Amino acid sequence: MKTLNNTISVEKLRPLIALFLLCVVLSLLSDKFLTVNNAWNVMRQISVNICISVGMTLIVLTSGIDLSVGSVLALCGAVTAGLLKNGIPIEATNTYVGFTLLGAILAGLVVGGLLGFFNGWVITKFKVPPFVATLAMLTIARGLTMLFTKGFPISGLGKEFAFIGTGWFWGMPIPVWISLIVIIIAFWLTTRTKIGRYIYAIGGNEKAAKLSGINIKKVKITVYVIAGVLAAVGGIMVTSRLDSAQPNAGMSFELDSIAAVVIGGTSLSGGRGAILGTVLGAIIIGVLNNGLVLLNVSPFWQQVVKGFVILLAVIIDKANSKAE
Amino acid sequence: MLKAVGITKRFPGVLALDNVSFEFEPGKVTAIIGENGAGKSTLMKILSGVYQDYEGQILYKDKEVKFANTKAAQENGIVIIHQELNLVPWLTVQENIFLGREMTTWLDTLDKKQMRLKTEALLKKLKLNVKADDKIADLKVGQQQVVEIAKALLYDSEVIIMDEPTSAISEGEVEVLFKIIEQLRLEGKAIVYISHKLDELFKIADNFVVLRDGKSIESGQMKNINHDQLIQKMVGREIHKLERSTRVLENNPILTVQNLSLKHPYSKGKMLLHDINLELNKGEIVGIFGLMGAGRTELLESIFGLNNGRASGNISVDGKPCNIKTVTDAINNKLALVPEDRKHDGLVLGLDIRTNMTLPILNKLEKFGFINRKEEKKNVEKYIKELHIKTPGDKQLAGNLSGGNQQKIVIAKWLLTQPLVIMLDEPTRGIDIHAKTEIYKLIKQLAATGIGILMVSSELPEILAVSDRVLVMCEGAITADIKIENATEDNILKAAIGSLTA
Repeated sequence: MKTLNNTISVEKLRPLIALFLLCVVLSLLSDKFLTVNNAWNVMRQISVNICISVGMTLIVLTSGIDLSVGSVLALCGAVTAGLLKNGIPIEATNTYVGFTLLGAILAGLVVGGLLGFFNGWVITKFKVPPFVATLAMLTIARGLTMLFTKGFPISGLGKEFAFIGTGWFWGMPIPVWISLIVIIIAFWLTTRTKIGRYIYAIGGNEKAAKLSGINIKKVKITVYVIAGVLAAVGGIMVTSRLDSAQPNAGMSFELDSIAAVVIGGTSLSGGRGAILGTVLGAIIIGVLNNGLVLLNVSPFWQQVVKGFVILLAVIIDKANSKAE
Repeated sequence: MLKAVGITKRFPGVLALDNVSFEFEPGKVTAIIGENGAGKSTLMKILSGVYQDYEGQILYKDKEVKFANTKAAQENGIVIIHQELNLVPWLTVQENIFLGREMTTWLDTLDKKQMRLKTEALLKKLKLNVKADDKIADLKVGQQQVVEIAKALLYDSEVIIMDEPTSAISEGEVEVLFKIIEQLRLEGKAIVYISHKLDELFKIADNFVVLRDGKSIESGQMKNINHDQLIQKMVGREIHKLERSTRVLENNPILTVQNLSLKHPYSKGKMLLHDINLELNKGEIVGIFGLMGAGRTELLESIFGLNNGRASGNISVDGKPCNIKTVTDAINNKLALVPEDRKHDGLVLGLDIRTNMTLPILNKLEKFGFINRKEEKKNVEKYIKELHIKTPGDKQLAGNLSGGNQQKIVIAKWLLTQPLVIMLDEPTRGIDIHAKTEIYKLIKQLAATGIGILMVSSELPEILAVSDRVLVMCEGAITADIKIENATEDNILKAAIGSLTA
């Protein structure tokens, strides 16, 4: 396979080896690990993180960051669930506008896109650092979620909706299908299109990109919109699987997705990295979580282990880029 | 004072220094001369303690030394002043000078009084007219450089190595620097001066060491060698002096700029460019000369749509008036800008040659959401061949190439947009002599195909060798428009200094 450049292909191999070793060790330690059931289980669990991490990768490649994905995910899930269940009440006539399944999902995606647009607009228009702009959005979207749900879960959303998170199609869980489609589109976007090139160029050298006639603002806003929509996709999947929109859904999801991006070899300073690396990063985190559960490791220890894995990934990355 | 015998340094696959020997004497300025890649920086890194794994001996005051790190070298009296200044912009002059070696009282608190006294003494000695409490960020680049020297003097350094000290400072500041060097020489310090600018070396240096391909080719006294001989030693072959253009061009304007003015971004009422009018003919090379701050870069950037909102005036390309508000507009109107700083503005160093070259034309290469990679490769390979870009392939990272080849990539990138006008800002800065002549040839070839060329340069020989006509700028205005046959270093410089002396 031809890659965007030589260094990316080398970086891609590293997480792959790590994943392989992890699987070998886990299958030796637990006889439940290497089963078909468990494999589907892991893949279904990571599909949400894959979706938001793909969006995160695009942002990180432009040397930005999005801390708001978890809150955006919660708000979009809640909006979809709320519209599906209650519609929009119209007080004057004491009636409500109902939403079909598709309409509610679309509304959730649009909300995600709008929140992403807002992030991108604040960052490009007012030159607010992405860290700060999306930190603000983190609490704004969480607050809106609380307002929208009044702090209570919205549950009982119907079998049809639940199918998205729990159903199977052609022998594969629906969430896995969704994440697969997201990966393919993002792969195409980053390796075959001009906006993909622009994303790498902006992260690598914004001034040079600007002097080449690239509309930096447009590209950046696009990237944040994509990330917002993907967070909404994740929100809809989470809500569907639980058959309930939780007001505190998606808490600290931004950390797992940044972890996936970093473990996948994408440089936090931008311009260097790849979608497939992030996918591997997300799988590594998922397998690690699953393995620790199978081995009956306390959830508290799981967090500690995950933290060290992230550190290890970054340290190896630093050591390698120095060697270059 | 400092003597090197048979220094050899290997990097994986490369012999960077090959049996290099020389001597730096106290009270003398020694020039280290060589093309890019000749081994100058490797040598300096060995002397200043960055590298320890080399063969050969370094004798300092007749004793063999090997420094464990730069700090050890500094403490022994050998300091290097790098091309890029190592100052913290938000700290004061005094804080920078004492950074990492602050003086303390018996209570282990900072002894500000002592440090201030020492700083003031240093500033006085160097005749630097700033206060100890001024922030570095508020100083001019030339002043910052003197602060670096002050830092070096604090160590009681005996060997002071200066790497391209004049690359970022103005002519006036160069004079100040030279006076300081003169003073240090009288105090018996050994000064090592690395520069591309041979004219400077003839002014300031007593001795020279020529490096070529990692070998010390020759050393001796400056007074026993002339300019051309020195160049020949650096390059290892005769360089033909570039002949001036004798072309006769038709009056056929491709770019017309009328009443271009540019406001200062911060200070109200101040103008960076006043009422600039210029005309560039088809196939003509117009050299733009001026001192630092004359507004040359600003002129090119304003034409290229980078100062929208602050710039005003009319621009026509090929007879058609155009409204250029963004870089995209400029590209659509067939303008191209090769910026001054390849590494920061021209290239994405972490991406490959192909990606860099096609950034401005991806619009044309993408169809139905897919970049036509066959077409792209064809385009890129054509220019790699035509411009003789030395690279194993178009997938090589731009950052891995030499300066001359990087510059060619930037030029190729713009040729792909099929421009009518190419603006070049200091096209040969930091490029070695051989690559320079190649770039000159290339510029002339491009002009011969009918492209109009505006070339900003602060090197007079370059301006005289390449241009058909010379525009001189001073304080944001054009002060002279000289045909090449009438141009002399004298009349150009006079116009550049302009009102400063009047």
